[in-house]
Amino acid sequence: MSSLTVTDEQISAKPKVIQPAWVRVMHWTNAVAMILMIMSGWQIYNASPLFDFRFSHDITLGGWLGGALLWHFAAMWLLMVNGLAYLVTGLASGRFARKLLPITPAGVLHDVKAALTFKLSHDDLSVYNYVQRTLYAGIIVVGVLIVLSGLSIWKPVQLHWLVTLFGDYPTARYVHFFCMAAICAFLVVHVLLALLVPKSLRAMVIGR
Amino acid sequence: MAKRSFLIPGVDKRLLIKDSLKVMPDVTRRRFIAGGASLGALTLLTGCDVVDSSSADALLARISKFNDAVQDFIFNPDALAPTFAESAITKPFPFNAYYDLDDAPEVDGKAWKLEVRGLVDNKKSWTLDELTKLPQFTQITRHICVEGWSAIGSWTGTPLRDFLKLVGADTRAKYVWFQCADKDGYNSPLDMRTALHPQTQMTFKFGNDILPRAYGFPMKIRVPTKLGFKNPKYVMSMEVTNDYKGGYWEDQGYNSFSGS
Repeated sequence: MSSLTVTDEQISAKPKVIQPAWVRVMHWTNAVAMILMIMSGWQIYNASPLFDFRFSHDITLGGWLGGALLWHFAAMWLLMVNGLAYLVTGLASGRFARKLLPITPAGVLHDVKAALTFKLSHDDLSVYNYVQRTLYAGIIVVGVLIVLSGLSIWKPVQLHWLVTLFGDYPTARYVHFFCMAAICAFLVVHVLLALLVPKSLRAMVIGR
Repeated sequence: MAKRSFLIPGVDKRLLIKDSLKVMPDVTRRRFIAGGASLGALTLLTGCDVVDSSSADALLARISKFNDAVQDFIFNPDALAPTFAESAITKPFPFNAYYDLDDAPEVDGKAWKLEVRGLVDNKKSWTLDELTKLPQFTQITRHICVEGWSAIGSWTGTPLRDFLKLVGADTRAKYVWFQCADKDGYNSPLDMRTALHPQTQMTFKFGNDILPRAYGFPMKIRVPTKLGFKNPKYVMSMEVTNDYKGGYWEDQGYNSFSGS
């Protein structure tokens, strides 16, 4: 880590920083927290499935319900503290507004078309195209929703006003599940695109 | 900027960085791809070896204790669990235990006596007749299982806090500890603030019927501010105590406070 910092200082005159250090640290912290939450969440789901399927034991975390709950309620602190810091920094620094806005239907339509025909330009990684803006802004909203629905399930009496927001306790469980599904879908696309444009992955690791 | 410094004596830092730069992105990438889908990622981040399961378990247990404290802090003794109309009652209400219904305790209501122990003035045991003469209230609340499912039921009985007052319990004590007739000896501690919550109830009836065997005859402790496993059935004794005596599920790793 220290050698990376030295590297930054040394070459700072040359290429510009695409992903500042706080974004990188929070991004990977979130990645770890999300994976722990999702894998333990699948084990918890298996104790009382909402649908006619269970997650394979090989891809779950915790071994059994009790173990999974321990992981889930430990990783939630990492997820919440990091997520809150990310939201505050992103809003206060103006990065969200700068990077994610505006999102226009015409822009999205144009870039989706370009993306599907592999004509989307990735020359300047510091500017997000409309597809990226939509996905990144959308996943922030989903992130907020999954935490709020999770809190509703965790504290349905103390936070019953929050439960009311979702309707009732069982509905909050479904919302929590579908947010997880949305995050998994995002993850597939996100990782696939990162591998297709490896320099974007490099930027999220070393900044440039 | 101009001054040239040396990380390793005799090696030019700029050259060193130039060389390492070529390698670094790949290595970092490989490390996180290898670790991304596993616990390795956490190892990378924290520098501690979470693959060693006993140290991971110890850490998780510590965080669970911390979560107990957080939940105790946010527990509002005046916050009531939502109540429902009779039409909302789940039918049939599920039976749930770590054994089949056939193995559920069959307690003889005539012979049964509730034993009262610990930090109380009056340690007399109570018969079912004596207990059911105490003022009773009905509440329709949502039972939420640690597994995630929930069901709405109607429970009738005496507020536990009234009974604790009646027997002269030291309500500054930390826990009321329940022991039950379930096979393998079910027990569970209830923190005193929750025991004194207005909706925490010594339950003798489910709906309009005497508490059926499936739901804990002769007495269940209904705690709508806790997960289901903290609602002991087939209760044989209660002990007011300052000692944390553990519980059937709590000892296996379920969070001890498990408040809702």
